[in-house]
Amino acid sequence: MLSPAICRMKVLAPRVASSARPGQFLIVRVNERGERIPLTISDFDAEEGSVTIVTQKIGASTKEICALEEGEGFEDVVGPLGLPSDFTEKSDEELKESRYIFIAGGVGTAPVYPQVKYLKAHGAYVDVIIGAKTSDLIIYREEMSAVCDHLYICTDDGSEGFKGMVTGLLEKVVAEDGNKYTQAVAIGPMIMMKFATLSAKKLGLPIVVSLNTLMVDGTGMCGACRVTVAGKTRFACVEGPEFDGYDVDFDEAMRRQGMYRKEEIEEDHKCKIR
Amino acid sequence: MANKIPRVPVREQDPKVRAANFEEVCYGYNEEEAVLEASRCLHCKNPRCVASCPVSVKIPEFIAAVAAGDFMAAASVIAEDSSLPAVCGRVCPQETQCEGSCILGVKAEPVAIGKLERFVADWSRAHGTKKVEKAPANGHKVAVVGSGPAGLACAYDLAKWGYDVTVFEALHKPGGVLEYGIPEFRLPKERVVAAEIADVKAMGVRIETNVVVGRTVTIDSLFDKEGFSAVFIGSGAGLPRFMNIPGENLNGVFSANEFLTRNNLMDAYRDDYLTPVMHAKKVVVVGGGNVAMDAARTALRLGGDVTVVYRRTEVELPARREEVHHAKEEGVKFMMLSNPVEIIGDEKGWVSGIRCIRMELGEPDESGRRSPVPVPGSEFGIEADSVIMALGTSPNPLIARTTAGLETNRRGCLVADGDGVTTRPGVFAGGDAVTGAATVILAMGAGRKAAAAIDRYIKGLE
Repeated sequence: MLSPAICRMKVLAPRVASSARPGQFLIVRVNERGERIPLTISDFDAEEGSVTIVTQKIGASTKEICALEEGEGFEDVVGPLGLPSDFTEKSDEELKESRYIFIAGGVGTAPVYPQVKYLKAHGAYVDVIIGAKTSDLIIYREEMSAVCDHLYICTDDGSEGFKGMVTGLLEKVVAEDGNKYTQAVAIGPMIMMKFATLSAKKLGLPIVVSLNTLMVDGTGMCGACRVTVAGKTRFACVEGPEFDGYDVDFDEAMRRQGMYRKEEIEEDHKCKIR
Repeated sequence: MANKIPRVPVREQDPKVRAANFEEVCYGYNEEEAVLEASRCLHCKNPRCVASCPVSVKIPEFIAAVAAGDFMAAASVIAEDSSLPAVCGRVCPQETQCEGSCILGVKAEPVAIGKLERFVADWSRAHGTKKVEKAPANGHKVAVVGSGPAGLACAYDLAKWGYDVTVFEALHKPGGVLEYGIPEFRLPKERVVAAEIADVKAMGVRIETNVVVGRTVTIDSLFDKEGFSAVFIGSGAGLPRFMNIPGENLNGVFSANEFLTRNNLMDAYRDDYLTPVMHAKKVVVVGGGNVAMDAARTALRLGGDVTVVYRRTEVELPARREEVHHAKEEGVKFMMLSNPVEIIGDEKGWVSGIRCIRMELGEPDESGRRSPVPVPGSEFGIEADSVIMALGTSPNPLIARTTAGLETNRRGCLVADGDGVTTRPGVFAGGDAVTGAATVILAMGAGRKAAAAIDRYIKGLE
């Protein structure tokens, strides 16, 4: 458990672990009756054959995931899905010249970790901002500070670090240290990525976002994940999940994310009755 | 005279009752009905039905066995050419294949070949499995990508000839379109699909689910790291098309693939499964193929008032005739010669209606069908809270993009000859991945031809 509502687990999946790259995701099913839940990969170890995932309890299925005990398994694990982060295509020379600032929100902090780890290992300069409602909900504090250059923390209630939103902290960090970054990456709730993108735009900083859209199969079959990027419909599962933040229609993406909210609340309620 | 007997009608669930459940619509023949129907076959010297069957099932031969009451013998005859008879008996477009060329159909009704095939398959399932000879293991490993009709047919033949076959399936259940696409009321999942897949497994085929070729493994890693001598790609045509009209990303607009996958693969219509699905009140389904009929009839069963919007006329509907007939009986409405131009949303971004334009038929296009042309100024609105797009599908580019030397054509289909030989040595392909969306039986036929080509290829390597 990383916090009362967030849990981390290592899953033995040798084929997935040996193919996984930063930025990709998995789909898991807890049991025969379960949904297919897309989860971003938080770490992977090809030698051990394991991948790490982090889940926040939000609906009936994520609660079931978090209820799994050590030694138990998923009914299904499939991946790695989606395209790896763009920087995995770049040369070490290019990366040595790059200065990244990551903006991680809540449970979105976990998938930031393998990206930071990869970039540092290839010589890039990397700072990280982690934001959460309150200090208790900050995850990956130690892990992240071990791999990044500077870790900045902010909480909505001021219980740890900067008091305020990630956007406020991003603007402060950039203002204090001068505009030294070449690339921003935001991973977290859709609304946070929307505002992080607006801030980055204001600062003239390119920004990549990782979209956690609805998905069924995760291989391009259903189109539930469609998002409008630069005026064109794209499938986040096979053409993403990462896109240029400037081009994403976040309002549409947020609306589409809530498509099954009514049904999900009913399902969650049913579970409590059982 | 045998041909004086009228075609034996098949018993079906009452349309009013079945419109509210997911049980199979058609009950199939019982033994007496099957024997009587089988007695109608003229046993033509030159059977046109066999020639128009993509897998060349020896139709008069199995029908003769049915007429003689030897159902197990009939099953063995079919098994020589088809690994999925209970599926094909249910979903083949018989009216354009075997039954469409039956000589009896010239003056009266053709022999109900599909219903007889289904009867034989179901009967043999209920009365113990038919014995099929299997060659001793030859030590060669073949990988099959995709566990739909093409992959299963290919795997079955290769295993029968002694190959060590592994099928890789991206989803969590095998069957491909049989599992995620075709609904329970047309093709029961446990009783038919799972049972036929069990037969393929009994032949020695291993099926690994949750493996996305192109992501989890690649074609190259199957050859280099996992020791396969040949690969068959039967990955289907899974990418849904949209119309690219305004409003298509509103909440309540789905691809038929998403809507059907949620219901079929993920059992969303069942209360004890967690996957959500929208129970819309007024549904518009766009398209006229089997997938459109499946989506319409599923939406109807979830409580919707359903209208199919199609841009040509009923004559051009590409769906099986039986599906259109069933849909109408159940209460699905059809709006012909209409084409959507825009989907309208409410202030919260949910679908509230759809704007269409009237069409008229113009000159025949390259497919030979008269192409629809919009009638200027004829736009009209339909109220709807959900729109399901069933406009066809294209092959998934994942494998072609991650495999060097594997060519695709303009439409994204893998380039392969009639034997499934692709542009990359050792890699074979067939089914929808090569042809674009087509039928179960054509995919099976392609899978079988490729199996024979793989056999020749591997023997040539020795």
